[in-house]
Amino acid sequence: MRLRNLAILYFLILPFFVRASPVATIRVCKDCEVRTITQGLEAASAHDTVLIEKGTYEGVALEIRKPVTLMGKEGAILDGKSQSYILRILSDSVNVSGLTLINAGRSYTRDYAAIYLSRVKHFSIINNVIRDPFFGILIEKSHKGIISGNLVTSNRIREDDSGNGVHAWHCSGLTIRNNELSGLRDGIYLEFVEQSSIEDNNSHNNIRYGLHFMFSNHDKYLRNIFRENGAGVAVMFSKFIEMKENRFVQNWGTASYGLLLKEIYDAEVEGNTFHENTIGIFIEGSTRINYTGNHLERNGWAIKVSGGCYLNIFSANNFLSNSFDVSYNTKMNDNRFEGNYWSGYSGYDIDKDGVGDVPYRPVKLFSYIVNKTPENIILLRSLFVDIINFSEKVSPVFTPDDLIDNTPAMKRLDYDQNR
Amino acid sequence: MLKILKYTFADLIRSRWSYVYLAFYLILGFVLLFLNNDLSKAVITLMNIIVVLTPMIGTIFGIMYFYSAREFTELLLAQPLKRSTIFIGQYLGIALSLSFSLLVGLGIPFLAYGVARSSEIWDFGLLLGVGAFLTFIFVALSVNIALRNENRVKGFGYAILLWLFMAVIYDGLFMISLVMFDDYPLDKFSLVVSVLNPVDLSRILILLKLDISALLGYTGALFQNFFGNGWGMFTSLSMLFLWSLLPVKLLVRTARRKDF
Amino acid sequence: MIRIDNLHKQFGKLKVLDGVTFQVESGGVVAVLGPNGSGKTTILKTILGMVLPDKGEAFFQSNSILKQWDYRKEIGYLPQIARFPENLTVQELIDMVKNIRSVEASEEQLIQRFGLKGFLDKKLSNLSGGTRQKVNIVLAFMFDSPLQILDEPTAGLDPVSLIRLKELIREQKEKGKTLLITTHIMSLVEELSDEIIFLLEGKIYFQGTVSQLLEQTHQVNLEHAIAKILENHA
Repeated sequence: MRLRNLAILYFLILPFFVRASPVATIRVCKDCEVRTITQGLEAASAHDTVLIEKGTYEGVALEIRKPVTLMGKEGAILDGKSQSYILRILSDSVNVSGLTLINAGRSYTRDYAAIYLSRVKHFSIINNVIRDPFFGILIEKSHKGIISGNLVTSNRIREDDSGNGVHAWHCSGLTIRNNELSGLRDGIYLEFVEQSSIEDNNSHNNIRYGLHFMFSNHDKYLRNIFRENGAGVAVMFSKFIEMKENRFVQNWGTASYGLLLKEIYDAEVEGNTFHENTIGIFIEGSTRINYTGNHLERNGWAIKVSGGCYLNIFSANNFLSNSFDVSYNTKMNDNRFEGNYWSGYSGYDIDKDGVGDVPYRPVKLFSYIVNKTPENIILLRSLFVDIINFSEKVSPVFTPDDLIDNTPAMKRLDYDQNR
Repeated sequence: MLKILKYTFADLIRSRWSYVYLAFYLILGFVLLFLNNDLSKAVITLMNIIVVLTPMIGTIFGIMYFYSAREFTELLLAQPLKRSTIFIGQYLGIALSLSFSLLVGLGIPFLAYGVARSSEIWDFGLLLGVGAFLTFIFVALSVNIALRNENRVKGFGYAILLWLFMAVIYDGLFMISLVMFDDYPLDKFSLVVSVLNPVDLSRILILLKLDISALLGYTGALFQNFFGNGWGMFTSLSMLFLWSLLPVKLLVRTARRKDF
Repeated sequence: MIRIDNLHKQFGKLKVLDGVTFQVESGGVVAVLGPNGSGKTTILKTILGMVLPDKGEAFFQSNSILKQWDYRKEIGYLPQIARFPENLTVQELIDMVKNIRSVEASEEQLIQRFGLKGFLDKKLSNLSGGTRQKVNIVLAFMFDSPLQILDEPTAGLDPVSLIRLKELIREQKEKGKTLLITTHIMSLVEELSDEIIFLLEGKIYFQGTVSQLLEQTHQVNLEHAIAKILENHA
């Protein structure tokens, strides 16, 4: 709603703005006065627009050192000739939109990117298409920018031979929204990035992670889709992260997961959907995290907890038909489970208050056995396994005996599945 | 053989027990759907029990019918018929009528809930297929037991024991050996062992559908290969096929050497 | 018609047949007699291929029956215990056996003769022992088989039916059929049989006509003759 109002406002104001200001538009095309982008950039003054008509233009390490808008019309292509960077943005207030960037350079020693930004502010990179780059958009030590509506695709197979789609390092105030990222090393990579928001992106089929967070605090990512990546999202060594309403789908593979939380403090994981991942959420050394209203369905392990996790609260989540609901590698438990719906729950509710009268024990003996000898996975769903699980349930020996949901929901909690 | 099959089938279709089983599956189907109120979840629950249930019913029913049809068998033996014709005909009659009960008994409730128009139809089809396979295998095994044991109580005991062994004890021994030898590479061993038991084999087919996410979490390359592509499905299905032929072959051999 | 050659059969530890050799010519009634457990049924079942000999062989019309099955279309068999698939009706059972044999059958006249008309639509599980036996008789005789094997055909029959059965056997004999019968009713044997085979402890004790047996044992009737044999033997 707010977005649309803004857009309307923008279009209402635009004509006055254009007429009122001394801003010029410089057209670049094959038959124009200005035929190359370098010429266009040279001709432009601060805050001018360089409008690029349909056609393919050479774009090897084009440096932008003044605040301009570089706008491509449909079919405007910048060809990097497989040499180095295509665009190097070294000035504040640069906008790049509507361009298709191909043949950016590749290197094992330098981080070539289709669009490179360094030490700049107030930039926007909007609606560009970047095909088969090494790095797609590489941002260093920059602040307050928007990266939105871009498509970055590659089809790499090996990790060392590929770069990240959107890579930000020592940045703050970024909004990364509505981008589609695939076939890269990490779809989005953030290191030392503060106060940023990652929204509505679709990051799929990447070699390593859909989204990768390192040492980045006070960020949020919302409504993104992470599908069929090496692993969905890895959040490491960070604090105060909000993770809401994302979808993690079919992130399959050895030790692959939808979401990895490693050394994370004070985060919210809310309203996400985890569907058919090898591990839904993999938690290592993470503390004071609230998991609420998530939907975990048909994952191998819905939640795998590995050492040193304290004061995590799992409440009102749906656990549906996962091979294992919760797996622990220790007998220690300092986390709470309450009011979740467990499809494996077979208790009753005599007083009809919607809460099961018998506690649920989400950690099964069999998950402990599989932890010890992974080959046992082949015995999943055997009657024998049901029998030993039952006996462990009656008197826990190997699994944490205080790991109990005392108020299991009788009915699956209703969350919007189509968001 | 078709004649024998036809008469056995006709005889069984009219027997009280066929109705009992049909009713059992019907009730099971409706109850599952009612309790889960969700097609997908009902199919999953059903997959869990089908690998245990169909062998049990196949075993018990197979041996019961075979003992009670002893006179029919003798009547047939005096007719100009080959022994293999008689026994294969009877075996197919039992197995088919049981599979029929399974198909109809589960088919009606699930069709009524609209499984045909849902994405679960393939899983449901696999489920019925696995159930039918297991029925055929375990009927054949139990007929073998019936042929080798004149004493009905003993034969019945062996049949139950066979089921218990295949469904529970085998997996127990399997797990114990995996845990005991976990210093060694075990993926080849565990694949071979599971393929040798039709119940495990069917279970794996179902795992491939339900738990692929978990199976792909295992590190071994062999597992990855087996479960990761069509290989697992293909191997399991062909082994299951083999499994349904072997007991029949044994049955024919046993029948040929038996006095009546 | 039938030749049995040095037949041995053992069930577990129990030796049932211990070198039985005999021959039955075409035409006439042959009674196979002997005390309980002397191997009468075993011999009949061997001829039918239901029991497999440990040693020795059986021939039907000078062909070995080993691993054969087609020859059974020439044999009508009336088993000792008349039990059938329980869920079929009498008519269905008759149709089924006809269907399996796929040769001409004349069951109508037999059904008439034994008064089974009213039972045709009844399930076999609802019939009395005697009625079942009548059904059994119809099944055995309805084909025009050259050999009839009757294992205790009189079991459970009422006197009227017994008379009809005797008539039937006599007619068959007159048609030149061969009938192999085991029975405990000595009058039946005396009345009908042309030859007796007497089994004792798995061996043939006597083979010949009734009068030969009487002569040999110096007795006036068959019952006594047999009793005498058994006494002597004990």
